[in-house]
Amino acid sequence: MASLVSHPDEVRVISKRFGQGATNIDRYLELDGYKAVQKALAMQPDAIINEVKNSGLRGRGGAGFSTGMKWSFVPKQSAKPKYVLCNGDESEPGTCKDRLIFEHDPHTVIEGAMIAALAVGSHTAYIYIRGEYRYLSVIMQKAIKDAYAKGFLGKNIFGSGYDLDIYWHGGAGAYEVGEESALMESLEGKRGIPRIRPPFPAIVGLWGGPTVINNAETLAAVPHIILGGADWYAKLGTPKNGGTRLFCLSGNLNKPGVYELPMGYNLQKMIYEVGGGIPNGRSLKAVVPGGSSTPVLLPEEIDVPMDFDSLAKAGTMLGSGGVVVLDDTICIVKFALRTIKFYQHESCGWCIPCREGTDWLKKTLTRFHAGAGLKKDIDNIYYLAENMLGKTFCPLGDAAAMPTMAFVKKFRKEFEDHLEGKPCPFEKAGAAEPVMA
Amino acid sequence: MKFSDEFEARFTEMLTHYPTRRSALVPTLLYAQDEVGSLSDEVIEELARRLDLTELEVRNVISYYSMLTTKPRGKYNVQVCTNIACMLRGGEELLDHCKKKLGVGHKGTTQDGLFSLEEVECIGACSWAPAVQVNYDFHENLTKEKMDQVLDEYKKKLNH
Repeated sequence: MASLVSHPDEVRVISKRFGQGATNIDRYLELDGYKAVQKALAMQPDAIINEVKNSGLRGRGGAGFSTGMKWSFVPKQSAKPKYVLCNGDESEPGTCKDRLIFEHDPHTVIEGAMIAALAVGSHTAYIYIRGEYRYLSVIMQKAIKDAYAKGFLGKNIFGSGYDLDIYWHGGAGAYEVGEESALMESLEGKRGIPRIRPPFPAIVGLWGGPTVINNAETLAAVPHIILGGADWYAKLGTPKNGGTRLFCLSGNLNKPGVYELPMGYNLQKMIYEVGGGIPNGRSLKAVVPGGSSTPVLLPEEIDVPMDFDSLAKAGTMLGSGGVVVLDDTICIVKFALRTIKFYQHESCGWCIPCREGTDWLKKTLTRFHAGAGLKKDIDNIYYLAENMLGKTFCPLGDAAAMPTMAFVKKFRKEFEDHLEGKPCPFEKAGAAEPVMA
Repeated sequence: MKFSDEFEARFTEMLTHYPTRRSALVPTLLYAQDEVGSLSDEVIEELARRLDLTELEVRNVISYYSMLTTKPRGKYNVQVCTNIACMLRGGEELLDHCKKKLGVGHKGTTQDGLFSLEEVECIGACSWAPAVQVNYDFHENLTKEKMDQVLDEYKKKLNH
């Protein structure tokens, strides 16, 4: 459904089966499918974990935590069943990569989840897909069914004596459920209210059992690592940032699309060469480098390698790989308002700093953008955001605070240009045509 | 309360996936809604009974998830994304266009019950913005003209 793009600089690992008909299990087998899990079945669990650790694979959901390390936290012995949970609740604005994986290569996610299960000694895995992605749920349910029919899932997989069940699960519209503890609540049939940690899911997760939760793209990388080897995968990227990742290029670009590039690929090159630069003769104003929750970068800040550590050094985050490009016709106040409107809408209301903070930010920014802003509002917006940072129950509060603080810090002049009843300098003439509320 | 055979088969199978019955709740609510049109009192009562929950517990979950609704929508729910990536490529203008074309506002339904309109948050189509979902179908790289065609096609679909 979603159209595919390509660029010569791409290094296709996760996307190598895109457009190859790999939703069909026989085709997937032709394309080296289910070889990695058979290799993993012959390995000791610790050896699988070490391989993934050495590959430098870090969580593709946004936090960038070492996947192998995460697996190693799961206790060897557990009175309660252990679980693997694939997070396919992709909803960070700017991110549309898991969608392509599920659409073109669902068996890789299954295979990755199987390998994760073998590594931590789990016999049950769930693949959670957001409710809006119904067509992908259909694809995934069929893929799972086909894998059972071949004897790859269920009792005694590949004749190994190991039992492993994988189930699909669906959401019903909630960004916050992408947060790992809220994801477990949702899977247990509840509101997606995050849980307090510790205990971490690796110790107390689904139904109280130790649980490994990985992003769909992370799990999709695992079979390639097991087959190709940790060294090969690690060398594709930069030190401590192994492999490639799917970058979702969106916004004011000539060639938006999802491109698979090595970790550490230069952001400037990504925008001007891979993404084809800014259309209509406009110039670059700002880049949101890793999904809406990551602090914005200015044009002079984009000569940076796109890996977790380099972007942290640049004061932002690699996040979920959603690169959103803004040209110079875009009003930052409006963009900040739209970002906050989202977080206000998605805040579960469980903890006060997030519930009140996002609401007051939305109110203040709405008034501000409408031309009724006061000078003190600018500092107040920053102060409201700062008072959420690190003080909320789950990272949704941080996700709202971080970009807001960066917008105010880096575009203060533009906020000042909206003061004293001045109309938004970016509002196009004629755009204010009345429409139904 | 009678659901389709397909729903019943899925429901029965889904219960075997989890150690608790309650776990089947969220996806089941969505499938029930797709079939009935909304999560009516009757549906809530039935699912609460089947999953050993109180109706309040079920309503509590419904109110959290943005796709779930207790009010009926039009046959085709037009969901226009205006989140950042779509906003940069005309998502808001597309929403305004739909409002005018359909004569309804956010969460409104046309009088003939054919279309509902909703402004939604990111639907995961950022690289193909601006994008709209009509029920579960994605329509991407839209312009006002393409949007008109999409709406016309749904109208035609009904006549066949």
